Amino acid sequence: MNWSWMLPPSFSTVSGDIDGIYYVILWITGITFFITEGLLFYFIFKYRHKEGRKATYDHGSTKMEIAWTMVPLVIVLWIGVVSKGVWDTVKVDVPPAGLEVIVTGKQFEWNVTYPGPDGALGTSDDFETLNELHAPVDQPVVITLRSDDVLHSFFLPEMRIKQDAVPGQDITVWFEAIQPGDYTIGCAELCGIGHTTMGGTLTVYTAADFQAWSSSQAQQQQP
Amino acid sequence: MSTIEQEMVHAAEGGHHDHHELPFIRKYIFSTDHKMIAKQFMFVSLFFLVIGGLLATMMRWQLGYPSQPMPGGMLLPDAMMAPTPNGAIMLPEFYNSLVTMHGTIMIFFAIMPLLVGLFGNLLIPLQIGAEDMAFPRLNMISFWLAVPAGILMLSSFAVEGGAAGAGWTSYAPLSASGEWTGVYLGQQLWLASLTILGFSSLVGAVNYITTVINMRAPGMTWFRMPLATWALFITAILILLAIPVLAGALIMLLFDQTLGTGFFRPEVGGEPLLWQHLFWFFGHPEVYILILPAMGIASEVLSNRARKPIFGYHSMVLAIIGIGFLGWIVWGHHMFMSGMNPLLGTSFMISTMAIAVPSAIKTFNWLATVWKGDLHLDSPMLYALAFVSMFIIGGLSGIFMASTPVDIYIHDTYFIVAHIHYVLFGGSLFAIFAGITFWYPKMFGRMMNENLNKLHFGLTIVLYNLVFWPMHNLGLQGMMRRIYDFTQYEYLAPLQPMNEFISISVFLLVAAQSIYAFNFFWSLFKGEKASNNPWDSNTLEWTVPSPPPHGNFPEMPVVYRGPYEYSSPESETDFYPQTTPPPSKPPVQELIPEPVTPTPEGF
Amino acid sequence: MTTQAMTAGRAPMPGMKVYNLKLGMWIFLLSEVMFFTGLIGSYVILRFAHPEQFTEPGVVLNVPLTAFNTFLLICSSVTMVKAYAAIQQGDQQGLKNWLLATIVIGASFVGVQVYEYIALVGEGFVPIAEAYHAVGRHMPHDGPVVGGQLYGSTFYTMTGFHGTHVSIGVLCLCFTYWRAARGEYSADNLGGVEIMGLYWHFVDLVWIILFTIVYLI
Repeated sequence: MNWSWMLPPSFSTVSGDIDGIYYVILWITGITFFITEGLLFYFIFKYRHKEGRKATYDHGSTKMEIAWTMVPLVIVLWIGVVSKGVWDTVKVDVPPAGLEVIVTGKQFEWNVTYPGPDGALGTSDDFETLNELHAPVDQPVVITLRSDDVLHSFFLPEMRIKQDAVPGQDITVWFEAIQPGDYTIGCAELCGIGHTTMGGTLTVYTAADFQAWSSSQAQQQQP
Repeated sequence: MSTIEQEMVHAAEGGHHDHHELPFIRKYIFSTDHKMIAKQFMFVSLFFLVIGGLLATMMRWQLGYPSQPMPGGMLLPDAMMAPTPNGAIMLPEFYNSLVTMHGTIMIFFAIMPLLVGLFGNLLIPLQIGAEDMAFPRLNMISFWLAVPAGILMLSSFAVEGGAAGAGWTSYAPLSASGEWTGVYLGQQLWLASLTILGFSSLVGAVNYITTVINMRAPGMTWFRMPLATWALFITAILILLAIPVLAGALIMLLFDQTLGTGFFRPEVGGEPLLWQHLFWFFGHPEVYILILPAMGIASEVLSNRARKPIFGYHSMVLAIIGIGFLGWIVWGHHMFMSGMNPLLGTSFMISTMAIAVPSAIKTFNWLATVWKGDLHLDSPMLYALAFVSMFIIGGLSGIFMASTPVDIYIHDTYFIVAHIHYVLFGGSLFAIFAGITFWYPKMFGRMMNENLNKLHFGLTIVLYNLVFWPMHNLGLQGMMRRIYDFTQYEYLAPLQPMNEFISISVFLLVAAQSIYAFNFFWSLFKGEKASNNPWDSNTLEWTVPSPPPHGNFPEMPVVYRGPYEYSSPESETDFYPQTTPPPSKPPVQELIPEPVTPTPEGF
Repeated sequence: MTTQAMTAGRAPMPGMKVYNLKLGMWIFLLSEVMFFTGLIGSYVILRFAHPEQFTEPGVVLNVPLTAFNTFLLICSSVTMVKAYAAIQQGDQQGLKNWLLATIVIGASFVGVQVYEYIALVGEGFVPIAEAYHAVGRHMPHDGPVVGGQLYGSTFYTMTGFHGTHVSIGVLCLCFTYWRAARGEYSADNLGGVEIMGLYWHFVDLVWIILFTIVYLI
């Protein structure tokens, strides 16, 4: 059983930053945890009732109130400010695409549409895969995320990517993988009876291998 | 006689109530006495707490032993459990219903009515020196609306299609049409039940707010009110303003399901995200409704058992108000991944970070209250200390999900489930144990057995942490919420041993609760008889008999000081009740403000 | 009862500036504000998000008739004020007359709204998404559809709940009238009338806002 608070390995250009913020928060909350819980247990032990003990008649201290208002406020706002940059990188600043695809979630599968040899989506040479996303390494993959029925959530754990798929909306999600390999696609929003079966595979290739895969797929799926 | 004069006479006489015994049905069933209504809420809520626990137990079987036959499963219908030669295996649709109903029942039918229905009703009139609530008959209606709501909710298990299965958050479009879940009537019953329950809470809130504003005894200024009353007062305001928004949303969703409207149905041009905004605009104040009264209870118990004033009483009040106020502008943090504009994500992140501060202030003040106290470590104190300890964990874990980029990874995983349960069980439920134990003598005139409670406490605090701490780790490994069989995901299959560990701990944890249940009922008959003030407390409820008579106070109480004057140099003992006249002050009559003579037309 | 008798041997409550019933009604009305804010707010959001599903008000809705209905409701608030003023002077007959007038006008408001609903449904303007086929006022039934299902869904929900509140108000006013007829109110005991007035004025105010947002903008 894994009791570690370390995150599992991650493989995208943004995941280092995301994991980094997690670890900053882990340090801050971890230290706070040990100090506060430590004090609590220490006080319980030290001030437990014994014959003759009298409590101190103390109503408070404005200085302390100010201190333990301002210090947490500064810390949490700082965390917020630091987080904003990474958030903008992931959700706002979409880079030019190396590969554009459409991912459509529906009960209970992911359909992925690729542009085909002409490099453009929405043309007759587009082809599809079921529950598989194939992508080249070191290139931004820009996804137009859709849903055919209910809310789903497109989750690439190793890329630290998650985005709800909303029926009636096209939502842009992007990632850039830094290492070829097989990764997980999951659905992270309860979508019905088959929610548990909406797993898939993200396969990241070198540029050449992706080219090869893409061409052979396009050929196979030609009418 | 003017309306005001009527009310003043009513109050001055300590209530106009009958001198003869009320018939059984008026005394125990359709009672208008706030103390009886409090007990009614308590018994019904504890029943639902058990149901909620049983639902979780079944869920944990499936998670610990995915798709293996469940003991007792053959007793359940085929719609829930698929029969096989080796026994019955849970169906995913039933699992989804369990997830949904566990959350719904625990939040709406257990924790909320315990904190607000039980403690609100029990404490508010007694702690402020009133004879009863402002509107006793409305109070009775509040309880008797909650009962049919509960019956409707439970009945949904028995209808075709089963109980609601879209999560306690009931996101559309999944919840808007049975074609997506296979649940039709069950989902509608869920909506109808919560709408009725909403009315129950709403009239309760009107009662609580009016009572606190208008019916405080002479000398009970705002800043002499106990923190439990303050917390319940602010909670009532949150209920008043948030529940109607939920009601509107529930009704719109019910219309989508039954009438064919299309508010949330994208296939006819509706807007799924509108449901989330409406639900969470209610939903976030709701979680503060679920924690503020617990904080108030903890403050009462900690101060009393430490024999020491609450550290920073004014800051504590301001923090309660701050939490109540800020709670309205953070709802979007439940929607970071929803497809909402990312710029909104940043603004909600900032407000969410800010709301951590008043909770931190309260935690530091609790620590400072315990510091240099004289700590009587009996069971109410142990539960209250556990509240603080577990709330620290729950609160700190919240910071992770408040950060939008980190939330990308942990949203909708078991990290969130861990956070939820650290604040709701570790926080609210431990405070409820503290409160029931502390005010048990006032309710029933007997003490609970202290040794049984200590045993219950010891088992619960250990087992509870064995259940919920590892859920942080499961979430960090990427395990999603509301997932029937995580072993379908190759990367999650190694998590089965940890899930099994959690499940076994749950079975033991649920079993351990029987100790408290046994103690509760045994003490009703065999508990040591309680005096008026077994805890040597300062607040007004302890100046009257245990249990108090109808009308509470034979004479109008007069308040001279705040509620936390423990170990005061002015008192010979280590407590100084709020209503004890100071030795050197002039006689009582001169302290009473001139009664206002109403003008003929009333105010 | 004299103040002395009230306080004999007991300490009275600090002077209550606003008696319980009135304070309770104000607080309840706050919750009603939130309820209608939820509904009207949803309408506003949906209208901004999907403007193609809505039309200029006069295309589908009978604005002149509803304007008259608004005037009726405002009149009923005036009669309600008169009823309260009457009992402040101890005028029992005046109270009954003005209450009756309020009831009649309030019921008429509901009646006109029902008539309006029937006409709208006849034009195809319904709250049922799959059955929505509104063609606009005075347009042929086989004409092009105007607006979309969100318009019907939001319109009937908002105005329907308002109408329900008016109807409940009318019923409560009947109860108030019954109590007035039994002589239960006086210049010294008019809380029941006052809180009915508060509720009634609130319902009127909500309508003015609703009318403006739905029928005029």
